[in-house]
Amino acid sequence: MKYLSEYRDPDLVENFLKKIHKITTQPWTLMEICGGQTHSLVKNGIPALLPDKITLVHGPGCPVCVTSIGIIDEAIYLAGQPDIILCSFGDMLRVPGSHKSLLEVKAQGADVRILYSPLEAVKLAKENPDKQVVFFAVGFETTAPANALSVVVAAQSQLENYSILASHVLVPPAMEAILSDENNTIDAFLAAGHVCTIMGLDEYYPISQKYKCPVVVTGFEPVDLLQGILMAVTQLEKGEYKVENQYARSVLPEGNLIAQQTIHQVFEVNDRVWRGIGKIPQSGYDVNNAFKKYNARLKFNIDITPAEENKECISGDIMKGLKKPKECPNFRTKCKPEHPLGAPMVSSEGACAAYYHYAEN
Amino acid sequence: MNNKIKVELQCPMPKFDFDVITMGHGSGGLLTHRLLKCGVFDILKNEWLDQQHDGAILHMNGKIAFSSDSYVVSPIFFPGGNIGDLAINGTVNDLAMCGANAEYLSLSFIIEEGLLMEELWQILLTIKKAADKAGIVVVTGDTKVVEKGKGDKIFINTSGIGHIHSKANIHHNRIQEGDVVLVSGKIASHGIAIMSVREGLEFETTIVTDSKPLNHMVMSLLDEFGENIKFFRDATRGGVASVMNEVAEITSLGIFIRQDQIPVDPQVEGACEMLGLDPLYVANEGVFITIVNQSCKENILKYLRITAHCPDAAIIGEITFDNPGTVSMKSRVGGTRKVNYLPGEQLPRIC
Amino acid sequence: MCLAIPGKIIEITSQFDETFRTAKVSFGGILKDINLYMTPDAHVGDFVLVHVGVAISKVDEDEATKIFSYLKEMGEVEELEQSNEE
Repeated sequence: MKYLSEYRDPDLVENFLKKIHKITTQPWTLMEICGGQTHSLVKNGIPALLPDKITLVHGPGCPVCVTSIGIIDEAIYLAGQPDIILCSFGDMLRVPGSHKSLLEVKAQGADVRILYSPLEAVKLAKENPDKQVVFFAVGFETTAPANALSVVVAAQSQLENYSILASHVLVPPAMEAILSDENNTIDAFLAAGHVCTIMGLDEYYPISQKYKCPVVVTGFEPVDLLQGILMAVTQLEKGEYKVENQYARSVLPEGNLIAQQTIHQVFEVNDRVWRGIGKIPQSGYDVNNAFKKYNARLKFNIDITPAEENKECISGDIMKGLKKPKECPNFRTKCKPEHPLGAPMVSSEGACAAYYHYAEN
Repeated sequence: MNNKIKVELQCPMPKFDFDVITMGHGSGGLLTHRLLKCGVFDILKNEWLDQQHDGAILHMNGKIAFSSDSYVVSPIFFPGGNIGDLAINGTVNDLAMCGANAEYLSLSFIIEEGLLMEELWQILLTIKKAADKAGIVVVTGDTKVVEKGKGDKIFINTSGIGHIHSKANIHHNRIQEGDVVLVSGKIASHGIAIMSVREGLEFETTIVTDSKPLNHMVMSLLDEFGENIKFFRDATRGGVASVMNEVAEITSLGIFIRQDQIPVDPQVEGACEMLGLDPLYVANEGVFITIVNQSCKENILKYLRITAHCPDAAIIGEITFDNPGTVSMKSRVGGTRKVNYLPGEQLPRIC
Repeated sequence: MCLAIPGKIIEITSQFDETFRTAKVSFGGILKDINLYMTPDAHVGDFVLVHVGVAISKVDEDEATKIFSYLKEMGEVEELEQSNEE
C-alpha cells in the first residue's frame, strides 16, 4: 500500500538502526505517547533491535486504557436501557467497568453495536427513529473532530434521537503530568503524529522549553519510529531540546484548522479523570452548551454508583513510565488479557497487553 | 439480510404456498412433510434420503474418521457463498485434516421462524452444489424451527464420516524439530469477506470467501507423499495464529515463522490496515496449515502450487526447540516477536 | 490511539456544498466511503490519511519522500557502506 509499505522497508530500517547505534553514547529514556506507536514498535520487534542504552517507555496514549471506570459504567448503564442503541468503536467493548464490560452486557441482550465511524451512528439514528442512538465518543484529539462532526451532522439533520457520551482526553496535559512527576525519568518524547495532524505543534513548544525535553512528532510505521528515535537521540546527545516534526507528510505546524474549528464548535475543555493516573485538570473534552441536546450525560438520567479501581493494579505507574509491566507482581499471573486487573492489560495498545502478546520472554 | 447480497436462484423454486418458514414447518406435521418433500428431498435426492428412514444404513469397513461441526455465521449470505457451502465444506475439510475422504454427511437445520423460503432454497441449492463438488452424499438429517428471536436466521450442523487414506499418518505427536510449516494459500480472505458486509463496517471489495472442499487435494497429497506429511489443520476461527499456537502448546515445541513469507491478498491487507486487524487471527475456510518432513518441503510446495492449483502456497516457517510452546515471528522489518493466542474475538480498533 | 491509514481518492460521491463532500477512497483496492470535510484541498488522485471514516490530512507527497534521503543527506549511508566493506 502506498505511503505505508515504503515505511516498512527492511533495508531502510537496518540503516536507521545502524545510525542510531552509531550515535548513542549515553543511556537515554524515551517515551512514545501513542498506543498506536507502542503497537507498531512491539509488533515489529523493534525495541530489542535498539542499542541497550536506549530505554523505550510506553506512555498513556491509549484512550481505551485511560477511559475511567466510571465512564465505562455510564456506557454500560445506557446500553442496558430498553430503547437505546449504544454504538462504540471495537476496542472499547472488552474494557471492564466496575463489574462488566460492554461485550458482556451485549451478550446479555443489550443492543451494543460496533461501528467503524461515528458518522455511521448518525446514519443508524436516521434509520431508527423510534430508538435513541448513543455513540460512545472516546479518543484523543485525533478522534475528537470526527466525533464532533457527527454531532454537527446530526444537528444539521435536526435529529432528536442522536447523542454522544464523550470521553476525550488530551495529550499535552498528560505529558505535563508525566514530566512534572518528581520520579520522572523521561528524557525525550515521541509525540503522537495523528494527534498533531489535528492540533499542530504549538502546544509542545512550552513543554519542551519548560522541561528541557526534546519532543519529536513521530509517525507510526517502523521507519517513522526509527527516524523519530534518531532525531530525539541526536538532540539528547547534543544537549539540545526543541520540537521537531518527523511526520511532515501529514503534520503541518498549524495542524488541521478545520478539524480544530469543528472540535471547538462542539466541545469545551474540562477536567478529566484518567484511569490509573487520576484527575488531570483541563485534560478532556465534553460537549459544550451550544450542543447540549447531543450530550448523552445531560439527555439521560444516568444512575450509577461511583466505582473504584482495582487496588492491585499499578497502571498509573505503568502509564507514566515509572514501572515496566514485568515489574508488576501480577503481570502474567493474576493479570492477563483474559482476566485483566486494569486498563493497560485490556486493549492491545495498552503497555501491559502489548508486552504480554508480543514480547519474547 | 444485507441488501447488497442478492439471492439469485439458479434453479427455479417450486411454487410453495408459503413465503416464510413458520413454527408449523418444524412441528412434524403436514407442513414439515411438505417442506421436506418439496424442498429438502427434492434437491438432495439420493437412495438414502429417498427411503425417508429415521437413519441411514451404511456399509463401511476399515479405519474411519468421524467429525461434527456447527455453523452459525452471520450474515448467512456473504461474498462468494453462504452458510450452506460453509456447512458442507467445513465438515468435509475437518475429515480431510484427519487424512480422511468424506463420504457421508448428516445435515441438520435449526431455522428461526421468519426465514424466507427463497433464502432456504438458495442455501439448499448451494449445499447440493457443494456436496457434488466434494463428492459426498447427505444421507440423513433433521429440521427444527425455533421462535423468532431464539435463533439467528438459520444454524446448521453437519457430521461426516469417511475412510482414512491408507498412507495417512496424521498426528501432532509425529511433529519434530526441523519439520517445516506450509500454508496452502492466501490467508484471511474469508474473514474479510464476511467483515465487508457486516453492518457498521461495510466496504467494497472483490474479495470473496475462500470456502472450498480440500479433500481431493489432501488425498492426492497423501497419495504422493504419505507419511512425510505429519499434520494438517484448517485455519478456521482464530486464523493461522491460533492453529500454530495449538500445535506449539500440544507438542511443547516452538514454531518460528517469517512474516514476509505469509501470502496475503493486497485488498485483505488494506481492509486489515483500515480496521486495525492482524490477518494472522482472521478466519479462513479453505486454507490449511501442513507440517511436513523437511526433506520433502520443496517437492510438497511445488505439488501444492502446480498440481493442486494452490499458486499462493508457501513455506512459512519451521518447528524449533527454541521458545517451546510458543510461536515466534520475524517481522518484515527484521525484529522478532511472539504471536500469541487472542483472548477472544479480534475486534476492529481505532487505536 | 489514532489508527489512520493512507488511501487514494478514487471518486467524489457527494457534494452538499463547497465543504461537505464524501468520496470513495481506496485502501489497497478496497473501497470505503470517506468524509472529506476536513480536507477541502484533497481531490481525486490525492492520498489522504483516514481515521474513523474521516480524512484528517492530505499526504504531502514531497515530504513523504524526504525520509528516504534523510540518512544520505546526513552523509552517513556512504560511510556505513565503506565501513561494511572494510
